[in-house]
Amino acid sequence: MSSEKMHIDPYEKKFMVIGIVVLVVFAISITVAGFMLGIQVPSPSQLIDPNTVADSGPYADPGLKELSPGNYELYILATASPWRFYPEEVSVPVGATVTFHVTSADVQHGFKLQDTNINFMVLPGQQSTLTYTFEETGEYPYVCTEYCGVGHQNMYGVITVE
Amino acid sequence: MFKTEKKLVGWHIAVALTALSIGGFFGPLQAWEHAGWNLYPSMQPYIASYYQGLTIHGIGNALVFTTFFITGFLSYITATSLDRPLATPKLSWAGFFTMVVGLVVALIPLFLNLASILYTMYPPMMAPWYFYVAMVLVVVGSWMSGWSMMITFAKWRKDNPGKTPPFQAFASVITMALWQICTLGIAAEMLILIIPWSLGLVPGIDVQLARTLFWFTGHPLVYFWLLPAYVSWYGMMPKQADGKLFSDTMARFAFWLFLLLSTPIGFHHQYVDPGVPAGWKYLHAILTYAVFFPSLLTAFNVAASLEIGGRKRGGKGLLGWVKNLPWNDPSYTAQNLAMIIFILGGAGGVINASYNVNLVIHNTAWVPGHFHLTVGTAATFSFMGIMYWLVPHLTGKAIMRKTALWQAWLWAAGMLIFSRGLHWIGLLGAPRRTMLGVAIENYGTGEWQVASLMTGVGGTILLTSGLLFFYVIIHGAFFSKEEVVVEIPVAEPLHDEVVPAWLNNWKPWLIAVFALIIVAYAPMIINLVFDGAAYSPGFQVWG
Repeated sequence: MSSEKMHIDPYEKKFMVIGIVVLVVFAISITVAGFMLGIQVPSPSQLIDPNTVADSGPYADPGLKELSPGNYELYILATASPWRFYPEEVSVPVGATVTFHVTSADVQHGFKLQDTNINFMVLPGQQSTLTYTFEETGEYPYVCTEYCGVGHQNMYGVITVE
Repeated sequence: MFKTEKKLVGWHIAVALTALSIGGFFGPLQAWEHAGWNLYPSMQPYIASYYQGLTIHGIGNALVFTTFFITGFLSYITATSLDRPLATPKLSWAGFFTMVVGLVVALIPLFLNLASILYTMYPPMMAPWYFYVAMVLVVVGSWMSGWSMMITFAKWRKDNPGKTPPFQAFASVITMALWQICTLGIAAEMLILIIPWSLGLVPGIDVQLARTLFWFTGHPLVYFWLLPAYVSWYGMMPKQADGKLFSDTMARFAFWLFLLLSTPIGFHHQYVDPGVPAGWKYLHAILTYAVFFPSLLTAFNVAASLEIGGRKRGGKGLLGWVKNLPWNDPSYTAQNLAMIIFILGGAGGVINASYNVNLVIHNTAWVPGHFHLTVGTAATFSFMGIMYWLVPHLTGKAIMRKTALWQAWLWAAGMLIFSRGLHWIGLLGAPRRTMLGVAIENYGTGEWQVASLMTGVGGTILLTSGLLFFYVIIHGAFFSKEEVVVEIPVAEPLHDEVVPAWLNNWKPWLIAVFALIIVAYAPMIINLVFDGAAYSPGFQVWG
């Protein structure tokens, strides 16, 4: 029985080849963008205990920390009691490179810096980390993108780039 | 003939449509809220919040309606297509009642606002333990019905050695096998992590691990919704259009590929999760591209099958045959429109799957815009079309075909407008699962208001279409006097093909399925179990 060959119509064969080529081109594109141009998704950065996160360590006093001129770390804590980010207002100079570290003290939240590729889940137990360089002045809202309770729609902050 | 099976599918449809009417009721309320007309305050104290409505909408439509319809429909056509009654009808009934008990128990906390945690049930939001147990019962009940189908199929094979099983039964059993395999993830999440935690037996829960187990099931769930529509597109619609199935062999090959590739791709829902390394996400991205291949096969094969029908009905020219398709048949029209809209849904799906491109749209309103084209249209709209022949087939009474045709075109128009609005506002940065009417005031722009207005208008058209659908079905089932005999459409293959043995042999495929799942998931799950992440207590954050 296994000697029977599968019948494939010539048109269907062409369609399959085109389909495979398109998918391979897509795969190459995301690979080049991700691993050569550095447009990357988040990877594990640190485990955090959500039960003590607000008491000690960087999230006890979240906010902007300057590492070297033009280089910053920004620690943001997300909570659902009340629904808000700490801090809600941040100012950085134009050209600043900011590494975002965000975690949750309670339920799952999301974090999206509008008009940028900074977009990640904020989970209790995990720290989410991505880096962005602000080339243009303006206001960049960051909003909670995961349902976190009845106040979710009011959870946001703003980075002002001057 | 098939008296028991008819009763079985009839009851499944009745419960499925009850769930759809409850879940669907909240849909327009959400769309109107986005457009700035929030009716939720007027529903207090019965419905506490937008998010309680959203939870009932998601669970009622996407989990309960689909599972009941699919289980009933596939059980029925497995039996009719094999031309033998279900081998274990009692097991099927037991499955049905298990699902019903689960549904009834789940509805209580849902309506008491004790479980407003959306259909993803993400911990550490914590609902009462019996809510999770109820959801487990719904899944276990569908397993039992699946076992009944598999036993029937196995008996047929034993009685017909060397014969190729009919396509409808073959594809139905593959769909149920996929469901059994992929729900192992959510079963583990519920039984090992969530239920002990919600009972207070353990102090906390590993949130990243729970998400990973959920999405193990969460993506193949999409194929559990879609494949029954494909059963109809391949196995029934060509007959409805006077065509033939262009390539029976390639149709079977596509179903095997869905079984193989649907599960080991769940990390593409977790591209922005902090606890999963980029390399694992990348692997799943590539495998997700692979699962587009059988959908491309489907697009070609189904279109070619319908073209045979269009030409047989007198159609000429490169695309002129499209006009000659049976556009006066609501069952056909609904499914063909669903199919066309699914091209947009599929294209959006490629964008979602594209690893770093996903950063632009992840967790935005684009995503519900996308899945209303897929589960909300490719699947649900096809199921509506199927019910337009299945209900008259069961009752022997005609439906109002003209009204049903209006319903179909309104659904297509409403969905295109509604979904366009959500895609647009998502690209502008609006988050999903959010009271956008309020969020626009907080951090939106003027352009957001135009897009949200589109969702409101589209939602209103969908409401009209939905009401027409229920009117047609209820009238056809209970009030119609016109007698009809409607047979199950069964598409014949175009060629008298000999299906190669490797497309009839389950063992190597199942071994490959489990091997690929182990490669794609086992190291990461083991790592998450032993990584020492802190546990979270439960939270109740929905008022």
